[in-house]
Amino acid sequence: MNSAAPTLEVDNLQTHFFTKDGVAKAVDGVSFAVGRGEIMGLVGESGSGKSVTGFSVIGLVDPPGRVVGGRVMFQGRNLLDMDDEGLRRLRGNRIAMIFQDPMMTLNPVLRVETQMIETIQAHDASVSAADARVRARDALGQVGIPSPDERLKAYPHQFSGGMRQRVAIAIAFLNKPNLIIADEPTTALDVTIQGQILYEAQKLCRETGTALIWITHDLAVIAGLADAISVMYAGRVVEQGKLGDVLDHPAHPYTRGLLGSVPGHNTRGQRLYQIPGMTPSLLKLPQGCAFRERCPRADQACADTPAITQPVPGRNVRCAHPYVDDASSGEGGAA
Amino acid sequence: MTVFIIRRLMQSVIVVLVMSFIVFVGVNIVGDPVEMMISDEATQEEREKVIKSMGLDQPWHVQYGHFVQGVAQGDLGKSFVYGEPALKIIVQRIPATFELALAALVMAVVIGIPLGVYSGLKPDGRLSKAIMAGSILGFSLPTFWVGLMFIMVFAVMLGWLPSTGRGDAVPFLGIDVSFLTMDGLSHLFLPALNLALFKISMVIRLARAGTREVALQDYIKFARAKGLSMRRVVLVHLMKNIMIPVVTVLGLEFGGLIAFSVVTETVFAWPGMGKLIIDSIQSLDRPVIVAYLMITVLIFVIINLVVDVLYSILDPRVRLQDVKS
Amino acid sequence: MSDVAANGGPADQDMVQRAKDAAVETPFQRFRRDFFESRVATVALAVLGVIVILALFAPWLAPTDPYDLAKVSILDAKLKPGAKSLDGMTYILGTDGAGRDLLSAIIYGLRISLGVGVMSGVVALCIGTAVGLTAAYFGGRIDSFIMRIVDIQLSFPAILIALILLVILGKGVDKIIVALVIAQWAYYARTVRGSALVERNKEYIEAAQCLALGHNRIVFRHLFPNCLPPLIVVGTIQTAHAISLEATLSFLGVGLPISEPSLGLLISNGFDFMLSGLYWISFFPGVALLITIVVINLVGDQLRDVLNPRLQK
Repeated sequence: MNSAAPTLEVDNLQTHFFTKDGVAKAVDGVSFAVGRGEIMGLVGESGSGKSVTGFSVIGLVDPPGRVVGGRVMFQGRNLLDMDDEGLRRLRGNRIAMIFQDPMMTLNPVLRVETQMIETIQAHDASVSAADARVRARDALGQVGIPSPDERLKAYPHQFSGGMRQRVAIAIAFLNKPNLIIADEPTTALDVTIQGQILYEAQKLCRETGTALIWITHDLAVIAGLADAISVMYAGRVVEQGKLGDVLDHPAHPYTRGLLGSVPGHNTRGQRLYQIPGMTPSLLKLPQGCAFRERCPRADQACADTPAITQPVPGRNVRCAHPYVDDASSGEGGAA
Repeated sequence: MTVFIIRRLMQSVIVVLVMSFIVFVGVNIVGDPVEMMISDEATQEEREKVIKSMGLDQPWHVQYGHFVQGVAQGDLGKSFVYGEPALKIIVQRIPATFELALAALVMAVVIGIPLGVYSGLKPDGRLSKAIMAGSILGFSLPTFWVGLMFIMVFAVMLGWLPSTGRGDAVPFLGIDVSFLTMDGLSHLFLPALNLALFKISMVIRLARAGTREVALQDYIKFARAKGLSMRRVVLVHLMKNIMIPVVTVLGLEFGGLIAFSVVTETVFAWPGMGKLIIDSIQSLDRPVIVAYLMITVLIFVIINLVVDVLYSILDPRVRLQDVKS
Repeated sequence: MSDVAANGGPADQDMVQRAKDAAVETPFQRFRRDFFESRVATVALAVLGVIVILALFAPWLAPTDPYDLAKVSILDAKLKPGAKSLDGMTYILGTDGAGRDLLSAIIYGLRISLGVGVMSGVVALCIGTAVGLTAAYFGGRIDSFIMRIVDIQLSFPAILIALILLVILGKGVDKIIVALVIAQWAYYARTVRGSALVERNKEYIEAAQCLALGHNRIVFRHLFPNCLPPLIVVGTIQTAHAISLEATLSFLGVGLPISEPSLGLLISNGFDFMLSGLYWISFFPGVALLITIVVINLVGDQLRDVLNPRLQK
């Protein structure tokens, strides 16, 4: 990790949804940091709070959700204390976002050109439309869109899904942000397109020094992309560390289970592991460790919420019984 | 695009022909035009004379042929009451009706869209709930009764505005209009608001439903994530998307306004086509009735055509489909 | 397959439990609970109930029979609300130009207005449903032909169509019902066809066709029940429209004859007195009409919210 101050430092973030049926703690004490040029994978099942974490950082959580606690430090300021206008100036400028479904993120009735130029002019009104257009064209070229000059005039529905995601990435990089939060940007795409998009994003981050938070449920995507990884379960980060360390020696039973259920070439013929039970509803989480009802190692101690420990240096684990002595990756935890 | 317009034009011509047939059959065969035309005390001789003069002794398809021929030449007969060509009487009344309908349309847009978008953005706010309650009321209020109440409150009890009639008109682009004079405006306000009430409610609902749906779309969140101001997100990204259904419906509703002006014009004694048709029905002025129906059908067909074309211009997705097909 | 299921034993039990939880409440119970969640809708439904009862039992519930010439005295004409008649009865809402008790006239008027509205609504619903289902089920040319007619008709406002028809047909209860049915059937046809098309493409219809069930059975046992929710909503709102339309047409003098004094005619009768300040003769029938239409619309709105799967949380 970077020794200098990280680009973004999230500390004990809490975002709750106040629904009719009760309070859902979608994000419950999440902490992490991303440094310049670093790529962090934020991994979890759907409903684990990973997307809400991303939206909380830039202040785009919709009601009934609300950030209720924690700190989000960016460029020396706590974003949670910032007013709407201050956040607006950061969004799309210093912190950009890429969304999951490229078919839905571009406004269907506005030309691509309009949607790019407005992103530039929203943050620097002194840029003329013509200059902004040139920048937009160059950005499209950078993400590998052929004949960008003509494509600027097109409407989103005239692009394929992969091309639209490239446009979204171009928009994200338009103002050379310090941080990009990508919320499952490849989930809706074909595998071959996925690879291309991953490559473009990685290349741009390395070139520009932009920090990247890549939210996904797909470990395979992270494995080829990220420097660090945070695994979320039911609103909490359960394990966090350098990519290779976590993937090779998962300490949390959930991470182990997750890795064990990924099919690989060396698991052929064996039965794939599946984590027993279902993701619990955020409205009725079990007392203590949220994973304990599905965990092979759970016992009485798990009835209290486990603290974050560092069983291995550089690794944060929220578990009473982490796998520490185990040097090998094991049989995917399928005991 | 051209193919599309030509196809729509042909469809319109067919609709006009079919409607002319229905009107013809309705008035000439289902209803008894002779009964409509002559008094009960007429002698048999007089009766036969009228039948002959109207060509009613000929087979129906010949009659229809004459009718269409007449319509095509702009000859829809003379009004029994006014003694002038029916078509001319109707055409003279068109500007008053259009003025009223347009004023109502403007009111519907200017009042309805901001209220609808606001209540769509803050669906749980107190003001939004009041707006929605108002729109349910506006939907339910029978137009003619509201008109009566307007007259009673604003003209009879408060005496603020004149109760009936059209104010001073001045020529504008060759047409006499009343909205350019103070007197005209004061006469126009109540009937236009009366006519607009239902449409305001409708626009509020459309704009609200559209806003609620569009506001949840990813592209709105993405626009916010790009750091656009709330103003731009709402006025450009959201409005442009909700305007498509609103414009379509409003365009179609312009016809509805003209139809409903029958009610408002009768209540406010507004000298337009609507009052004319009711007067004509009461005095059994058949040529005027037929002329009114034909003109109205024509107006509707034209409005529908224009709306369809406008719609395809507004929504790039529709345009593309058309290019493909 | 069974191995996997056995492996996920706890998941299975969990699912069984969830299924049990869900089964405790029938769809109708859930519908009832959702409907009465809104206080406004509950009140509206109660008021609508009162109105329907008043209309059904008008001769027993109205203070007087306003059309019994022996009991109506011209000396009582144009009395203010709350005034007493010569024989000591209080006219709560006053009397009209002929000395009739306005409250009684309104209750009798409700009977006619509701009767015409509901009758025309039911007939239009049946015709529209049959046409819409036919179009959706058979598709192809039949569908495009029917829908072309529906579209063209819908491009003309209902009031215009009703007006044209009444000019041709003349006045009368039967005639206004015919006019309202013709003016409205297309709305039902479009609604039913729209939802039937969605259902038709679902797999259970395909399954039914694969079982070689007859057309009638598929349409009425499978397709129709699934189109009911939108139909109920449209039916409610269209009935309110029909009532309003009848009142409007009667007011214009092309709807009901004088012998069938609906609310619209009552308002029309009071029009002449209004400019001389006798507001109540038009005002109270209008309020009755307004309340009727508002409560039907409120009930319809709530039905829409409750029955719309898209809005369910």
